[in-house]
Formats: sequence, C-alpha cells, structure tokens
Amino acid sequence: MISVKNLSKKYGSFTAVNDISFEVEKGEIVGFLGPNGAGKSTTMKMLTGYLPPTSGAASIAGFDVFEKSIEARRHLGYLPENTPLYLDMRVNEYLRYRAHLKGVARGKVSEAVGEAIELCSLRDVEKKMIGALSKGYRQRVGLADALVHDPDLLILDEPTIGLDPNQIRSVRELIKNLAQRRTVLISTHILPEVEIMCSRVIVIHKGKIRASDTAENLLKNHRAAGQLRIEAKAGPEAREEFGRMAGVKDVQVEQDGEFTTFTLRLDANADVSEEAFRLAADRKWNVRELVRKRATLEDVFVELTHSDI
Amino acid sequence: MRTLFHLTAREVKSFFYSPIAYVMLVIFLALNGVAFYYAVQTLTKIPADESVVFVTFFSPFFVWPFILIMPLLTMRVFADEFRMGTIESLTTAPVKDWQVVMAKFFGALVFYIVLFIPTYCYFFFYKWFTGIPAAFAAGPYWGSALLLLLAGMFFISMGCLASALNREQINAAAMSLVMTVLFIFLAALPDFFVGKNEEETKWLTHFIGYISFFEHLPTFCRGIIDTRPIVFYLSLTALFLFITHHVFQARKWKS
Ligand SMILES: Nc1ncnc2c1ncn2[C@@H]1O[C@H](COP(=O)(O)OP(=O)(O)OP(=O)(O)O)[C@@H](O)[C@H]1O
Ligand SMILES: [Mg+2]
Repeated sequence: MISVKNLSKKYGSFTAVNDISFEVEKGEIVGFLGPNGAGKSTTMKMLTGYLPPTSGAASIAGFDVFEKSIEARRHLGYLPENTPLYLDMRVNEYLRYRAHLKGVARGKVSEAVGEAIELCSLRDVEKKMIGALSKGYRQRVGLADALVHDPDLLILDEPTIGLDPNQIRSVRELIKNLAQRRTVLISTHILPEVEIMCSRVIVIHKGKIRASDTAENLLKNHRAAGQLRIEAKAGPEAREEFGRMAGVKDVQVEQDGEFTTFTLRLDANADVSEEAFRLAADRKWNVRELVRKRATLEDVFVELTHSDI
Repeated sequence: MRTLFHLTAREVKSFFYSPIAYVMLVIFLALNGVAFYYAVQTLTKIPADESVVFVTFFSPFFVWPFILIMPLLTMRVFADEFRMGTIESLTTAPVKDWQVVMAKFFGALVFYIVLFIPTYCYFFFYKWFTGIPAAFAAGPYWGSALLLLLAGMFFISMGCLASALNREQINAAAMSLVMTVLFIFLAALPDFFVGKNEEETKWLTHFIGYISFFEHLPTFCRGIIDTRPIVFYLSLTALFLFITHHVFQARKWKS
C-alpha cells in the first residue's frame, strides 16, 4: 500500500529524513514512533504529497506520490499534525465540503458525512462553528475529515493528541475496526496505544529508521529484555551466585532491613526465574518476593532513541 | 468542474463569513452613494453631455475606494491558507493546483460583483424615481458594467499573484496596492512629457491610451464597446493567473 524508497528530506542543510526505505502492506496498522523532531511528520508530509522529497521516491497504492499525485491522493485520508481546519465553517458544512472535494458521489455525501459524524461522536456539535470547538473536538473533526471518503489508506499524525481518555479509547477502537479493510499509518507518542493497536512498529530517530518489526519481536530482541527482582534474606555471596546463572548480565543489590533486594538484568529471551527460585530454595534464602519484570515498549523506545548513534 | 465549484463556493462563503467583508461592503456602498449623489447634483446644476454613470465613476468617491478595495479583496486568499495551515489539508485532497488558483480568483470576483450590485441599483432606482431616462441609457449602463467586470478580473488576478507571493496578508495587500495604483495612474504618465516634444511622446500617449483604465472608462461609460481593451484585460488576466499558478506550484520547492 505504501512503498518508500531511499526517501530523504533536507531543510536547507539540515537533514530531517535521511534515506529511509520501508513498505506497508495492505491491512497493516503501522505505528510510526520516534522522539520529537525525529522526522515523523516530515515523512508523512512527503507521503501525502505535501512536501516534495529531496531525493528518493514514495508511492501509495502503486501511484508515485509526486508524479501521480492526484491518483495517490484519492486513496488517502490524511490527518495533518495540529489539525488545520477552517474555523469559520460549521462542522457538518466542513465535512460536506471535504466529502465533495474528495470525490464522494453526489448522492452519497449526506450519508458519508453522517457516518463520519457518528464514528467520531460529533453529533452534538455538528451545527457548531469549528472555531468554537475545544481542541479535542477539533481533533475529532480532523479525524472525521480523514475518514469521510472511506479511503484505503489512512495517514494519521498524532490522532489521539488532546483527546479525553474516553475518546482515546473510542478512537483506538475506531482505528482497529477501520483497519479490517484499510491500511493505517499512525504516529503517536503514546506507547501503550501502539501495543494495543498496531500490527507493526517503525521507530525513527534523527531521520533514520532504527527498527521496523512487530511490538512483540521488538520486545523479544530488546537488549535488556527484562529484569528479575528477588527480595530475600541472603548474604552478599548471593549476588555472585545469581550473577553466575546463564543469561544474567548484572546484579544490583539494595539492602532493605533484613531483606536484600537483588535486581537481575537479563539478556534477551532469558528467563531465569525458576532457576533463581530453586537456587534460593537450595541455599535456604527466605524469599519474600520474586518478580519478573518484562521490558515495555517504552524501554525499547528509550534504548533505540536515547543515543546519538 | 465539480471540484472547482465546491472550492469556489467555499471561497465565496469565506468572504461572507468575515465581518470585515460587510464593513467593506457598507463603506463601498456608502461612498458610491456619495459619488452618485454628487453626480446627480452636478448634472442638475450644470447640464452636461455626460451620463450620470460617467460622472459617478469619475468621482474620487468612487475611484479611491475602488483602488483600495482591490488589495483587500485578494490579500488573504492564499496568505490565510498558509497562516492557518489549511493549505496542507487543501493540497493533500485530490485537488489540482490550478483548481485552487481559479477558485481563489472566482471567489474574489463573485464578491467584487456583489460589491457593485447596489451601485448599479442606484442608477436603476434613479431612473425609477425621477423618471428621467435621459440621465443614462442602456449603453453606458452595460458598457460600464462590462468594463468594471473586465478591469476587476484583471486587478483581482494581480492581487491573487501578490497573495501567492506573500505569506503575510499585509505584504500581499501592499504589493497588490502598489501594482494597482501603478497601473491605474499610468494614464497620468504622458502629462509629465507634455510640452517636451509632442511628436516624440506620441507613441507613448498612444500606448498608454491602449492600456490605461482611465482611457477605457470614459469610452465604455459612453456606451462604446471597444474590443481592444476587452482583449487586453482578458489576456492579462489569463497571464497573471498563469503566473499565480506557477508561483503556487513553486511553494513545493521553497522550504
Ligand atoms: N519547515 C521546516 N523548516 C526547517 N526545519 C524543519 C521544518 N519542519 C521540520 N523541520 C525540522 O525537521 C525535523 C523533523 O521534524 P518533524 O516535524 O518531522 O518531527 P516529528 O518527528 O514529527 O516530531 P514531533 O514528535 O515533535 O511531531 C525537526 O528537527 C524540525 O526542526
Ligand atoms: Mg510531528
């Protein structure tokens, strides 16, 4: 659905997107992650044909976004960053206008707009001026606009920003439901959201793709894939013994009354919890707590993007 | 065609959604009223050969508002889209750049025509109330309307270009005002050369006569439809819209 080849974008001498390539297949929901200024919005702007790439090419549904821009745009529903809207129009008026622009058949416009209004829970404000709406409602209008012509591909730049928790949840549901027939590329800073919604994650940092995989695989291959925390009555010798187990990278020790807390950092895929439990039992270290903490997407994200590599 | 229609409709609406448009409308209408009033006054005191249409449109109460209104009509057409960021949603919809440019042009043109409707009603009501048909005939009435339409198209296309060239409204307004004033007062140019050498400046006078609004206005206000200004305004409008289209497309290569 999306094909990006060696795409670069320079603003003056500053390279915002540096020679990235990726594919998105039909039906995928891809989360586009990266710290502020990573180049997410810039990439999306190039995909939607708004910004010309400095070099490289991208296509949507087989149409080059620059050479066959109009055809590519017909397949696209785009929610730009900051949700630009005409503040002097009413919600339903704006959506009707957009539906017409996007080529919804004349007789279908009312139906399409009604559906978008329903999907984004805009019924209460459909007759209001957009300029009089709160940020969250404007965000929903932007989303309704992206959906109104029932596009094959949705490119959403931070769609849940500014929404209340109920709305975030319903937008998530909405996007998941939409994805049964469509492809979605979504950028966000809310990582749990990505784990819930996305079938794949692309992490971009300083204009380069750092990872592109399912959230599951990213977690599995994460360098510090997990931790094991053991609180036990044990002497200092326990530290060395825990450290000798295969898959343990290092052990941190913290005294807490008569108990000691051992934090074991583990290699990818290593699970030493049973072994550690048996060891403690053998040595008669009374264990108060044994917790396996799995790496979160946040850990992966930090790992991939904190450095200056 | 349908896209162009909806784009234009949105442009026209955006005029009528802004309070400034109504202020413009009222002031323009009032000043035209003053111009018309003086025209009637003048004609009752000193009977002249000229029609009330002619005298009205030569009043400073018409000419100055006419010049000043042009930048106001067009300054925001592109600048606003860039300022609000809506250019991004607009140009990522399946809409061609030339459609956007034409919609901006037609939108401003429709508002321009609306500006003149009350003035043309004045003339009509005058005839109605006074029963003096001699004040103007159909010729000046429609002749002047045609010229104002053509000249309006030309000035609006110039304003659209200024708006496409400037991200700031105020700069767009300044640029189109300068272009409009320069163009309108070209007619005064030969006066600077008068007395120097009539033979030498003859071609200039001739040329300016061909392009000057103040040479065309009397002609058309007398009900004479000259095809040369028609061709002149239409082709320049097309030229300016063509350049505007290119400038608008070039936005993609800037940043
Ligand atoms: N118009 C512009 N001119 C110059 N530099 C720009 C422009 N737009 C973006 N940049 C720079 O390009 C880089 C990437 O910006 P981009 O907006 O793509 O980041 P992002 O990943 O969307 O970040 P965020 O999470 O903050 O939205 C940033 O360093 C930004 O400063
Ligand atoms: Mg961004």
